Amino acid sequence: MHPLVWVAAAVLTTLVCGAVARAGDADSGSPWRIAVTRLRDNHAAFLALCVIVALLVVAALAPWLAPYSPIAQPDIVRLKNLPPSLAHPFGTDFASRDVFSRALYGARVSLSVALLAIVVSASVGTAYGAIAGYVGGRVDTIMMRLIDAALSVPRILLLIAVLALWAPVPLPVLILLLGLTGWFGVSRVVRAQVLSLRDRDMVVAARALGASDRQILWRHILPNVLSPVIVSITLGIANVLIVEAGLSYLGVGVRPPAASWGNMILDGADAIASLWWISTFPGLAIVVTVMAFNLLGDGLRDALDPRQVDG
Amino acid sequence: MTSPASAPLLTVRDLSTWFHAGRSVARAVDGVSFDVMPHETVGLVGESGCGKSVTSLSILRLIERPGRIEPGSRIEFEGRDLLSLDDRAIRAIRGNRISMIFQEPMTSLNPVFTVGDQVAEVARVHGTDSRREAWDRAVEMLQQVGVPAPAERAREYPHQLSGGLRQRAMIAMALMMHPALLIADEPTTALDVTIQAQILELLAELQERVGMSILLITHDLGVIAESASRVLVMYAGQIVEEAPVRTLFAAAHHPYTEGLLNAMPRMGDRRERLTVIPGTVPSPTEWPAGCRFHDRCAYAWDRCRAEAPPLYQIGTGHVSRCHLAAEPARRRSPHGALAGGAATSS
Repeated sequence: MHPLVWVAAAVLTTLVCGAVARAGDADSGSPWRIAVTRLRDNHAAFLALCVIVALLVVAALAPWLAPYSPIAQPDIVRLKNLPPSLAHPFGTDFASRDVFSRALYGARVSLSVALLAIVVSASVGTAYGAIAGYVGGRVDTIMMRLIDAALSVPRILLLIAVLALWAPVPLPVLILLLGLTGWFGVSRVVRAQVLSLRDRDMVVAARALGASDRQILWRHILPNVLSPVIVSITLGIANVLIVEAGLSYLGVGVRPPAASWGNMILDGADAIASLWWISTFPGLAIVVTVMAFNLLGDGLRDALDPRQVDG
Repeated sequence: MTSPASAPLLTVRDLSTWFHAGRSVARAVDGVSFDVMPHETVGLVGESGCGKSVTSLSILRLIERPGRIEPGSRIEFEGRDLLSLDDRAIRAIRGNRISMIFQEPMTSLNPVFTVGDQVAEVARVHGTDSRREAWDRAVEMLQQVGVPAPAERAREYPHQLSGGLRQRAMIAMALMMHPALLIADEPTTALDVTIQAQILELLAELQERVGMSILLITHDLGVIAESASRVLVMYAGQIVEEAPVRTLFAAAHHPYTEGLLNAMPRMGDRRERLTVIPGTVPSPTEWPAGCRFHDRCAYAWDRCRAEAPPLYQIGTGHVSRCHLAAEPARRRSPHGALAGGAATSS
């Protein structure tokens, strides 16, 4: 661990949050700028944003920030199950691994799994919803009934079934599975939005001026769908984090020795009463992260509310 | 009869646009024919639901399911049959040779792009302009439509502009490619009265400068009086009267047109209440038999209920779809005042 890297991480976080705060000062009519200003003025959401930025910085710099290797087992007899101390801020686990270092690396795994999975969800969901909403008619009906069917299968059971059969599952496959089972909500939001945008005056006007379907989709529909998608992405990340933690806790998600917050809780689950630190710190990390994304999502929902643009 | 020099720019013949919903058919536009000559402003008036907007959307083929332009309709523009063009060809005409502006400047612009960007986009859709050229032309166009400080305004977003400026921006978009025909669908309805006059003046001035034709669609005869040289009156999906604007105001023939004129407030008017045409526009799924206006008409007699009137020639360039043309004596004996509610049978 290099103290200087910690300083650098703190500086980086401050810079990013400061930039957001200053971007909110700009006197511009751009709807995005207006949204940034509104977000900055929402204290809870802005704090959540800063927490998320800090988490991302920590996750990115984990190898340089962590005092120990996350999988090193220096002395599984004398250094195991040590309570928090200066040398091990979060204590050590049953295999003498440093819980603090594992939590930092866990942030890496958990956040990147969640972010990548949501990229998959948002892309598939937006494309599917946009097609259903824009084409309309029978195509829309069939596509939406398929969504209804997909939503009637409990996601977590489906994932456990697949993951249990395909063990050990590589990380990219886990991400893909999480992404491909999480886009139904996004597609519904997008479809509803596209459906209402399609008949807007601006779309008729654009068509009357010679725009093609493709141009209308890219210029008039998708940019105006972006706000609800951003909100559902943010809230979706919180959801994927929980699902991934749940799966890892059940032993079918991220496999040991790789650290994820979910499987770290599992590590300490047997002795939670006496060796509380092994499970508590990764648990707190999940709580803080999920709460930050939820608060940010709510803040974005208010900030991007189109009904307030004219205000 | 017409020499090539005065060949019409737009010819609409027997245009029928019907909306099919299950077994019922709404005949929103039902056999409409008219011409628009080069450099001419034609007014198309009628109440809400008479089919005037559907007519204008049909010209640009902007009718969507369940609406359909029925076989037998013909729309010719600059000698080309618009109804037989493929998608790409009709798109090349929209916004380029024929442009359209709409009633609602508030919602016709995209909130996420700057005004200049949206005006410039029209040039990019149709032309070979580079981004830079398109932007410069957009600013120039905004200047031409009377937007003050166009270079700064171009960088603003629609919500930062007033209604009048937004409509000017819409007009700039419509005129970007110097169209031969501008269809203006209620262009001033959503605006304040003073702004209305400004926009109408602007349209007249631009027409003079660019030499385009305008098809002005409105429910407001006052707007027609100021701008159009020829008027088409539409009722229940049909054209019921066509006349030069002076003739229409001086000697309207069709009882419906009469009713519209009587319903207009005038300067120095002593009437406490405006005269209204009794009843409402019938539903397009069940137009009345015979003359479609007979159940609201003060003069209607048996023939009107039984026989659909053709367009009678009244004078030069003046036609009317009313049996009174064949039996003018009946005009002297209305069986009820226009505002007198239900007509008694004769």
